[in-house]
Amino acid sequence: MAELHVELVAADRQVWSGEASLVVARTSSGDIGVMPGHQPLLGVLESGPVTIRTTGESGDGTVVAAVHGGFISFADNKLSLLAEIAELSDEIDVQRAERALERAKSEADAAAERRADVRLRAVAGVH
Amino acid sequence: MGAKLRVYKRRIRSVTATKKITKAMEMIAASRIVKAQRQVAASTPYASELTRAVTAVATGSNTKHALTTEVENPTRAAILLITSDRGLAGGYSSNAIKAAEQLTERLKAEGKEVDAYIVGRKGVSYYAFRERKVVDSWTGFTDSPTYADAKAVAAPLIEAVQRDTAEGGVDELHIVFTEFVSMMTQTPVDNRLLPLSLDASADEQETSKTELLPLFDFEPSAEDVLDALLPRYVESRIYNALLQAAASKHAATRRAMKSATDNAEELIKSLSRLANAARQAEITQEISEIVGGASALADATAGSDK
Repeated sequence: MAELHVELVAADRQVWSGEASLVVARTSSGDIGVMPGHQPLLGVLESGPVTIRTTGESGDGTVVAAVHGGFISFADNKLSLLAEIAELSDEIDVQRAERALERAKSEADAAAERRADVRLRAVAGVH
Repeated sequence: MGAKLRVYKRRIRSVTATKKITKAMEMIAASRIVKAQRQVAASTPYASELTRAVTAVATGSNTKHALTTEVENPTRAAILLITSDRGLAGGYSSNAIKAAEQLTERLKAEGKEVDAYIVGRKGVSYYAFRERKVVDSWTGFTDSPTYADAKAVAAPLIEAVQRDTAEGGVDELHIVFTEFVSMMTQTPVDNRLLPLSLDASADEQETSKTELLPLFDFEPSAEDVLDALLPRYVESRIYNALLQAAASKHAATRRAMKSATDNAEELIKSLSRLANAARQAEITQEISEIVGGASALADATAGSDK
């Protein structure tokens, strides 16, 4: 099966890299799914969960990450997801995110609320 | 103990204490260099991917953007100078400041006004002492900068670039920082960040020069992508500069502290020589006093016997 190489990179570290058969991310004009052989693409990401369907060496499975802003670029079967902040779902501290969500709601901080919400949804695996 | 000997002993004690401190600082700095280098390496994938994307948009589309086009008559330039918060690093901060001064002179000679933005207490106090105007300054994070710090520094700069020149905006953005070449060499460099010079980013791309940049499909549009991309690009370049400057600072501290330790050792050696000589002189004097006294006493008793 065809596969594409994915690099999920945050500003200060490389979060994940491996082979995948499908990557779903949220751009500012809607969700986009990239499969191997997609046309070269450069898009702006909204903060939201990114789902990577892994295959090949990385094993069959799904990796979900919470990505807050950034870019998606795809060329030559190489997909890079650049984000200022990116966390894999198993790195996210659920309790902390829940607390942050409560706090953001009480302070009516829309940006913080969205961030916490994205984190929680990434953990739940709901896209 | 003689007065002279006591003075030498005291000086040796104080120099030894100083040597212990400088030795400790040297080792701390050495361990921090490695950490800072690791941070530089960790930030590289993001920076290189971002540069690739920027190059792709800038070459792959005919979009004109405020941050990429050169103004015909640039009248004002911003300089971001990165120094350290703390001293004890040899010529580290003053070299960076000197490089900024040269750049300022050059820009002024080209007929541009220069706005100074400064990171690090050393640079801030240098400008404050000379009563020069500083547009904005940041202190407190130069030893281990985070991405949030870089964002805070970048925000007013990007805002200034986007503003109209007539309303106090700037046409160019330069950054002066100390590049970490190796453990032994750190050189202050000045780079023009904006307007984007594609030759510079092409240089970084040298390795992948053979690969032709594909025709990208922009989502939602080339303008929007560029709008979002360029501020991130500036942030990541500033972040990289801050990290390199931090690594350079630690390397400079290590070197300065190493030579301080060596000097202290040298000083202790020559002081102990002097102290030994003083002790020996004292002993010789005491012996000659005793011998002189004894022989005087012997002469006196010999005289009274007669």
